[in-house]
Amino acid sequence: MPSWPALVSQAFNGLALGSLLALVSSGLTIILGTLGVLNFAHGALFAVGAYAAFVMLQYTSSFVLALVAGCGVMLLLGILLERLIVRLFYDRPDEDQILVTYGIGIVLVECLRAAFGGNAQRVAVPSWGRGATKLGFLIYPTYRLQLIAIIAMLLLGLYLVLYRTAMGLVVRAGIENPLMVGILGINIRRAFLVVFAIGVVAVGLAGMLYAPVVAVTPDMGANFMAQSFVVIVLGGLGSFSGAVVGGLIAGEIISLTSAFNSSYSDVMLYALMALLLVLRPQGLFGSEGRV
Amino acid sequence: MNAVRPRWLRACVSEFAVLATLVAAPVLLARIGFSVDLLTRVLNWGLIGLGFDILFGLTGLLSFGQAAFFGVGGFVAAYLLVSGTLASVWLALAAGTVAAGLCGVVVGWLAVRRIGIYFTMITLAFGQMAYFIENSPLSKYTGGENGLPGVPVPVLGLGPNAVRIGAGLPMYLLFATIFFVGYVLARRIVGSPVGAVLRAIRQNTGRVAMLGHNVAAYKLAAFVIAALYAGLAGGLLGSFQSYMPPDAFSLETSGQLVVQTIVGGAGTLIGPLVGAAVWLWLRDNLQLVPGLAALWKLVLGIAFIVLVIGLRRGICGEIIHALNERRNRAAANAAAARTAVIEAAGGVAAIAPARQAVDVTLPLPPAATGTCEIALEARSLSRYYGGLKAVDGVSFKVRRGAIHAVIGPNGAGKSTLFKMLLDEVSPSSGEVLLFGDRLTGAGVSRAAQRGIAKSNQLNQLFPNLSLRENLRVAALARCRGPLRLDLWRAADSLPEVERQVDAILALLDLAPRADTPVHILAYGEKRRLEIGMALATSPNVLLLDEPLAGMSPLERAATCGFIRDIARGRTIVIVEHDLDAIFGLAERITVLYEGRLLADGAPDEIRRNAAVQDAYLGGLHADEPA
Repeated sequence: MPSWPALVSQAFNGLALGSLLALVSSGLTIILGTLGVLNFAHGALFAVGAYAAFVMLQYTSSFVLALVAGCGVMLLLGILLERLIVRLFYDRPDEDQILVTYGIGIVLVECLRAAFGGNAQRVAVPSWGRGATKLGFLIYPTYRLQLIAIIAMLLLGLYLVLYRTAMGLVVRAGIENPLMVGILGINIRRAFLVVFAIGVVAVGLAGMLYAPVVAVTPDMGANFMAQSFVVIVLGGLGSFSGAVVGGLIAGEIISLTSAFNSSYSDVMLYALMALLLVLRPQGLFGSEGRV
Repeated sequence: MNAVRPRWLRACVSEFAVLATLVAAPVLLARIGFSVDLLTRVLNWGLIGLGFDILFGLTGLLSFGQAAFFGVGGFVAAYLLVSGTLASVWLALAAGTVAAGLCGVVVGWLAVRRIGIYFTMITLAFGQMAYFIENSPLSKYTGGENGLPGVPVPVLGLGPNAVRIGAGLPMYLLFATIFFVGYVLARRIVGSPVGAVLRAIRQNTGRVAMLGHNVAAYKLAAFVIAALYAGLAGGLLGSFQSYMPPDAFSLETSGQLVVQTIVGGAGTLIGPLVGAAVWLWLRDNLQLVPGLAALWKLVLGIAFIVLVIGLRRGICGEIIHALNERRNRAAANAAAARTAVIEAAGGVAAIAPARQAVDVTLPLPPAATGTCEIALEARSLSRYYGGLKAVDGVSFKVRRGAIHAVIGPNGAGKSTLFKMLLDEVSPSSGEVLLFGDRLTGAGVSRAAQRGIAKSNQLNQLFPNLSLRENLRVAALARCRGPLRLDLWRAADSLPEVERQVDAILALLDLAPRADTPVHILAYGEKRRLEIGMALATSPNVLLLDEPLAGMSPLERAATCGFIRDIARGRTIVIVEHDLDAIFGLAERITVLYEGRLLADGAPDEIRRNAAVQDAYLGGLHADEPA
């Protein structure tokens, strides 16, 4: 039985990982919910975000400016991908959509490898996030705490866009019934473009924010993608709030089980996903979107 | 040219082609950079691909978790050998294959209940689970991230004369032999009745169930077949490399298999092999070119996207398609031209002008029934969708051998009622009895096996199969029951099924069109085939949901005659909007109105019934045009 401080520290790790997973998964889930496309390029886009932070930091030498510029890159990439490729697949079977996004993922990862090589790159922790913060009996890295706060704000912003704007209303209506939205005379395809771009920026931001914490490699996104699949299954495919809660649950599962026996943390996660898909495909909260 | 070759030779052309390629490959392909080791690797991927193509190319189920079975087969075999539990590599391979198959049963049993994105994600979840189980909790047995070194090579023969199958050409020959046997078996499976059902499942899963096949069990069979191939390939990999690598289990492995299958061509069996050849050749040879070393996978990824967008058939698929196209274009054009003629003539060209009333007895016997005089009975059937009462407490009886009509204005609940009659939709309350036995709760495919069939309001056919193949899938359900794994027999080798198909084709006046793909047929022909599909299961009770919808007047008259013919010797329940036709056909009529039973009686009673006139005909007499 691990000590209490160790458990609390793991719980914080779970919160940091969970909020990151929530951001990654919210991008995945709004794309799935609105476009009906399960984006297998999501992991690659995470890595592209991390590399964007790496490159932009060299030019701007300010982490905040790098984030802003990186978002621009991700936005552009999202728009390009949707216009050039994803758009062609809205009326094709699920399998084709999975295949083409998987292919996009391969190409993106290989582009990164060709440009930066396969070796790990390091992104420095921003000056305002160095060191550790004392929380009662616990000493915790400052940047990770800030990470939680920043992602919470980003998710709040995404929530406001989705639930407080006319565009968001169209998107949410599109998740429920895209055909009906089209019949009402709204150009749902334009909403698709916006949603895809938002989803790409969301996962890209997650990559940028996480870059200082881990080694940046072309393949870094694969594991996150698989885990974010678990998250959206937990939360119900296509549900934004489900992705946020599911992300936190998944983060805590990974962190807390590894406090007891690290060898089971990932096994537990995927076992839970498989069980849910078989027994309760609408997710833990029953808020199934389209699909 | 084709006519000269005997049938068995033509049937085996692809086997000979594969055999010749396997023999010639080490000599011919060495010049373009395929070493014997590389070819052996390609064959190993091709072997997993044979199974995967049956699952994905034939049945249409996209799995992202094949690495799990590859890994299980590999590590079980490797562990048994390295730990000294088994001395014989052959036995270890068999054990690994069986272990992978058992995992396939468990995972497949859970996965095949879901379709589309859900199926893919379940397989992915189990694949990841297997990877992490191998990596940590079982690392005592699997070596964790280090894998298992020291896997021995197989030995042929016993005692002092035994021959070790060493690296290089002997290993290639072993893999080529196993691949060839695997290919021949896979070809048999594709050509078997099971293959025919799997192909139909890919095109219209719902209809396959409605015909009486146990869809989930057939999908599971495809899943397990794929797992067995993957397990065998995994075991061979360990022996070939004398090392079992942990990345056999990785998501990357599953993904590579999918990419190779698409590049080579799904649904061709050798596609995955060709895709693997492209993948591994690019990897090994582009790395030798300065400046391109890092780009091989990028090239492959771009090619993959282009293939998925534009050339869905893949390399082998395009070649086979081009060959078939040349041979079949004339036939396809002729069929399309005939369709145009029939459409232009309002659908009459295919109908014999004056048809004799005939007794329709079908070669396949119908399901055994009780002696009950009531063929079908609905007992206070209800179906609620939220607050909406689509059908509300409807009871009626259908006499054996009768033509019984169900009519009612739009939204009266006819289609929902019909779906409950064969348990396609389960009722909220009430039950259906078929010859006195409870049918409700059996599910649509078991209902079909007990002798009730339905032709749908909207055609539910297998558009890319020929007419004959469509009807064969239906007749196979009656002949073979809900599930039979006759994997080695040819799909067209059951004489009673072929007789049934011929009889139905003659009955539908569609015999000249037997080999035409169904999507080319004229609308009226498709409607008749829709009825024919239901009839081909030799039902005791046949439900016809708006059989006359969309037909021209001439076609209607002909179809009414046809319905009268098939009504001899079986019970028919019919939903139709064409009241003239109904009053001419039916012996008894049930009228529904807003989900409730309004009237039930002989046509004359219904005609005179004031409530029916008010509700259904808007107060007009039935004889006046509404």
